[in-house]
Amino acid sequence: MTAAAAEFEKIPAVWTRRHLLDLESLSPEELTCILDAADRFKAATDDCRRKISVLTGRTLANLFFENSTRTRNSFSLAARRLGADTVEFSSSGSSTAKGETVIDTAKNIEAMNVDAMVIRHRTPGSPYLLAKSVDCAVVNAGDGPHEHPTQGLLDILTIRQRRGSLQGLTVALVGDIAHSRTARSNIWGLKKLGAHVILCGPATLVSRRWEEFGVEVAYRLDDIIERCDVLNLLRIQFERQYTRPFPSVREYALLYAMNRDRMRHAKQDILIMAPGPINRGVEITPDVADGPHSVILEQVTNGIAVRMAVLWLTMNAAAV
Amino acid sequence: MPKLLIKNGRLICPDQGLDRVTSLLVEDKRIIAYDIDHADGAEVIDAGGKIVAPGLIDLHTQLREPGLEEDETIESGTAAALAGGYTTIACLPETDPPIDTDSSVEFVRQKAVRAGNCNVYVIGCVSKNREGKELAELGSLAEAGAVAFSDGLNSIQSSELLRRALEYSLMFDKPILHHPESIELSRGGVMHEGKVSLVLGLAGMPPEAEDVMTSRDIRLTEATGGRLHLLNISSSVSVELVRRTKLRGVKLTAGVCAINFTLTDEKLRSFDSHYKLNPPLRSRDHVEACIAGLKHGTLDCISSGHAPRASEKKMQELDLAPFGMSSLETTLPLVITQLIEPGHLDWSTALSKLTINPAKVLGLTKGSKGTLRIGADADITIIDPTTRWTIDPTQFKSKSSNTPLAGMEVIGRATHTIVCGEVKYAA
Repeated sequence: MTAAAAEFEKIPAVWTRRHLLDLESLSPEELTCILDAADRFKAATDDCRRKISVLTGRTLANLFFENSTRTRNSFSLAARRLGADTVEFSSSGSSTAKGETVIDTAKNIEAMNVDAMVIRHRTPGSPYLLAKSVDCAVVNAGDGPHEHPTQGLLDILTIRQRRGSLQGLTVALVGDIAHSRTARSNIWGLKKLGAHVILCGPATLVSRRWEEFGVEVAYRLDDIIERCDVLNLLRIQFERQYTRPFPSVREYALLYAMNRDRMRHAKQDILIMAPGPINRGVEITPDVADGPHSVILEQVTNGIAVRMAVLWLTMNAAAV
Repeated sequence: MPKLLIKNGRLICPDQGLDRVTSLLVEDKRIIAYDIDHADGAEVIDAGGKIVAPGLIDLHTQLREPGLEEDETIESGTAAALAGGYTTIACLPETDPPIDTDSSVEFVRQKAVRAGNCNVYVIGCVSKNREGKELAELGSLAEAGAVAFSDGLNSIQSSELLRRALEYSLMFDKPILHHPESIELSRGGVMHEGKVSLVLGLAGMPPEAEDVMTSRDIRLTEATGGRLHLLNISSSVSVELVRRTKLRGVKLTAGVCAINFTLTDEKLRSFDSHYKLNPPLRSRDHVEACIAGLKHGTLDCISSGHAPRASEKKMQELDLAPFGMSSLETTLPLVITQLIEPGHLDWSTALSKLTINPAKVLGLTKGSKGTLRIGADADITIIDPTTRWTIDPTQFKSKSSNTPLAGMEVIGRATHTIVCGEVKYAA
């Protein structure tokens, strides 16, 4: 065993969960445990380009019932960099297309002796159904508009790396909060680690009810921009909307797109984030997306470290 | 016809304002006397410590046959009714094809007779194929024996159609039983829209979807003078709308499903499709408004909302799983546990909402349903009011065991269900 691998021989005592289904139920200590582990994996694998084989002989199944590029590849790479094998599953052309339930599909995959399942599904709660039905570890890779815990974690990790701590920071999530799983995971994670969260977007997509959870709600980006340490620009999820919640994309961009003019009012060290995929010219203009304040690609890199940490923690906890 | 003597029971008949310990004699399918100690040749049931009530009547049962026999059949659904203490059920046309012709009414009636369990009354469709576009042949349906008209959970979106239905049904003196829900506002929803749906990211069914339709329905009832019963009230504003309407003297009745004064939307945090119901489980303030509505008489009836669904249908993800629960066997215990035991309703008031009030809505009082009057049909439910038991869906008589109440401890249950003088169910 290499020195780096020896460091990961035992998981921290604070982590006892077999599954990672959401950030809402995690304690600040558990969140910090994942972030710390992600930092260590990132350092130990030299920005994720080397292997650290602490899950050799284990198998991860990627169950993607919804399209994905970066999350799926990120989990696959994370598993392989930990020495695990991966099984890839897509709903198109699969038995679910023939009418099999998601639970039966998962049970069949589990019967092939996999140690963990990563699931993405359009329906909130699907990972919970799986967690009740299978014995292996289950990691939520996005369940409809509910949560996307590893995305939330990689966002938070990126902020923590840049700022050292979340305590006292003001983080605005801008855009389609109603349909955003990234927003929901960010809200819980950021608040638990001490950040002030502002939700900003059209009133049809940002519910006032969030104030009941200690979150600030704003409808004008220009009103809050000066106070923000971080802006996380969320994509408009047209595919999840029954009716158009604002008159036009042009009007949305006018009111909420992060552009050069708005950057003039922002703090000097503001971080610009986006979970991707980004729609250039809608939520963010190209000069800002590619500008010096943007950490969008760092988020992607951190995604692998976060997922290595999550797989290491859950697969080892599940094996106990 | 053999005689039946029920002795020592606490006889509660809300229709007569009667509540006393006495005996009751049944002969030739009818109640013939009280205060009898002995009757030659009579079968005797000792109901000491129990309540002797008029047979329970349900306004909202889905029997699923024809066409959806994987969920329920007329035989299994009526057996479930008996086990739940119901002597009479009115079945909604939630079938495939829907009950929109005289022959389909006849089909259900014949199957119910063949099953030989409880009394079954048929509710015919308001519109052809429950599509909400054209009136069904209400006259033919009434002629064939339909006691009311409803499109079930297909809420009628066309104000014009509902207006015509309310007017036209006056000719037959039959009520329209309507489920108020604006589909435009609740489309895609799987649960109550509120704080919990916000956190879970689940599509919501806002209470306003119910309220705007309740408001419209009330206005059309006033305008037409028709007979409207609002089937499933679950929101606080709708309760208030009905209350104010009744104060104005408008003839209108309304009901609530037992589950809607029992559980809240917090249960959806489990993402369990057994909690996917329509009307949805709402937040605590709405639940309390429903209980208040029952207390002050705004809500006349308590329905089972029996909507059995085969387990393979409920095993799906929340957005694919159908709405509904099997509930004929759990409604009476919920009334006792949630309303009577905490002191919200006394026994007589609670039983009125399960017996005489639904009988009046369906126009069954001429046939003497919902009462223990001398000369009435001998439909009687004997209830053990104190027994504590745990709901176990594997013991259901219903073909489907989809319930969000599995494992819940409840108080009270029917021990005997007597239909037309014959003991059809004994626990």
